[in-house]
Amino acid sequence: MKQFLSFVKKEFYHVFRDKKTLLLLFGLPIVQIVLFGFALTNEIKNAEIAIFDLAHDPMSHQITERIKANSTFLVRQYLTHPGDIEQIFKSSNTKLVVVFPSELQTNWARGTQTQIQVIADASDPNTAQTLSSYINLIVMQYQSELTRRTNIPYQIVPEVRMIYNPELKGATNFVPGVMSLVLLLICMMMTSVSIVKEKESGTMEVLLVSPFNPFLVIISKTVPYLLISILNLIVILLLSVYLLGVDINGNVFLLMAESTLFIITALSMGLLISSVTESQQTAMLISLLGMLVPAILLTGFMFPIENMPIALQWISNIIPSKWYYIIVKSVMIKGLGFASIWKETLILMGMTLFLLALSLKKFKTHLE
Amino acid sequence: MDIILQNICKTYTKSGVEALKDISFEVPKGELFGLIGPDGAGKTSIFRILTTLLYPNSGKATVLGLDTQTHFKTIREKIGYMPGRFSLYQDLTVEENLNFFARLFNTTIAQNYELIKDIYIQIEPFKNRPAGKLSGGMKQKLALSCALIHRPEILFLDEPTTGVDAVSRKEFWHMLKRLKNEGITIMVSTPYMDEATLCERIALIQNGQILSIDSPEGIQRQYPFRLFAVKSSNMSGLLRFLRALKTVQSVFSFGEYHHVTFLNANASVVDELKIDIKRAGFDQFEIKETTPGIEDCFIQLMPS
Repeated sequence: MKQFLSFVKKEFYHVFRDKKTLLLLFGLPIVQIVLFGFALTNEIKNAEIAIFDLAHDPMSHQITERIKANSTFLVRQYLTHPGDIEQIFKSSNTKLVVVFPSELQTNWARGTQTQIQVIADASDPNTAQTLSSYINLIVMQYQSELTRRTNIPYQIVPEVRMIYNPELKGATNFVPGVMSLVLLLICMMMTSVSIVKEKESGTMEVLLVSPFNPFLVIISKTVPYLLISILNLIVILLLSVYLLGVDINGNVFLLMAESTLFIITALSMGLLISSVTESQQTAMLISLLGMLVPAILLTGFMFPIENMPIALQWISNIIPSKWYYIIVKSVMIKGLGFASIWKETLILMGMTLFLLALSLKKFKTHLE
Repeated sequence: MDIILQNICKTYTKSGVEALKDISFEVPKGELFGLIGPDGAGKTSIFRILTTLLYPNSGKATVLGLDTQTHFKTIREKIGYMPGRFSLYQDLTVEENLNFFARLFNTTIAQNYELIKDIYIQIEPFKNRPAGKLSGGMKQKLALSCALIHRPEILFLDEPTTGVDAVSRKEFWHMLKRLKNEGITIMVSTPYMDEATLCERIALIQNGQILSIDSPEGIQRQYPFRLFAVKSSNMSGLLRFLRALKTVQSVFSFGEYHHVTFLNANASVVDELKIDIKRAGFDQFEIKETTPGIEDCFIQLMPS
């Protein structure tokens, strides 16, 4: 046991004396969270729009007020001439123009068909789509309030309710994703690199020629990264709750336990990489390209798995991150208990045991 | 016998290199044994087989009476090994390195301080310095201290003096002599022929084969020819001239002299050579009979 502890102590010396590694270990999760939280978001805020009001009646004014009150939109200009519409798209950052026809309220009161024109810049199709549907929603809401008062029968109003994430915040989606990425990166890459480093520098030769059990050598190398990852996990959770406003709806301890399981999965992957590679560069490349990139693409947080070809969907099943991502989403966002994630947990556990067994079997107690 | 190798063969499967070809020798307890040979001769392979890091393809090796393949765990407790590459943790300080290796072998610095005291005392002033910032000689001393910290019965040192300055090399061999007096069997390899004479017995090895095993004096005694040292002001011209002579068997350049052997080395040959050389016009010419060094023996034993 004393041997083991001194080993762990030595590993911590390595980690804490290498300033670059240290920066990577603790800077990475913070940068990722902040980056995904504020920069790489697909929410739209303050989209610049313009209003071309030919009606100038109470109705057009009321709708305009409602649009202005929505934080998605920022009304920049009021147009007065039809020719200005195309001009404003070209000359400024305007994403959308709302055109109210003349006699809007009169026509509506008369019961004839009334139309509001929404012109959107579809060079970015997703934004255009989202913005126009928001406008649609505002107008519909306005209309339904009016009709309620006038009591027109036979109406079908779909009432959409977004559950688990009613504000449609992007953060709820990527916090679980970032968690799976950061833990995978730190555990897998750092462990594999640190073991291969000992092979490269020749210290592994001396460690092998010692009475210390070679398996313990390997296990002790993973302990510091296990602890650091748990610390990172806490930092990520704190950031997401207090900085991004994503609450932990489920049991925190369940979340921590499941995360620890995933950390061990990632550590076993690191061990496996280190036992089949001979240089730090190779270990790094395999970790990044062979493991991390598939984890980003096929986990489901960047691109929905349901839209992928069958073959890719099948491949995504063997990626541990996918299962962890599902677990975190279920526990953290949906607030579900263990009963609804036992299957995913079991799969992750099975993968971990398999990887651990394989890497220990592959680990050579001799050279060559 | 502390170390026994019987018909050891080793071929690396990846590269297909035949590193050892039927190697057999023995080292008795308490001996300072040297493996002498150029780079790539197979020295490190022998070390790795004896330290249980490598399995031979055929043959049998025993260390302290234990088979290296079946009893590697027991052997690993009783031996000290210093690999050729500097194998300490560069980012750990001198003291941390030593502490770590002591702990690794289930001991403490205090327990075996007596054994390493003479060596460690020289690097103790720098005990808070990272090992990576030590000079070559000091690194070597620290590595030796780490290899000795558990009081091994056999010490394996693979090229411990490579890349170390002349003064430190001398000190290092002095330390080995003292360790030998403590009763530790030492097997050391070196590419430097001048260090061979500091061992009790040596094996000259090349291309995975042993050329000769004996005491350094024994190997020198076995040198079959009379050896002459020749020099003049124009050494390269002299070398070409000697190589062209029919009476000369071999010529090799050795520092300030050329070492020459003759096909038929009687007194008259030397006199004839003197006349020939004078006639060819070499200045400050000098010839004398000399005793062969280990390098002469090595060259003579090399299959041509």
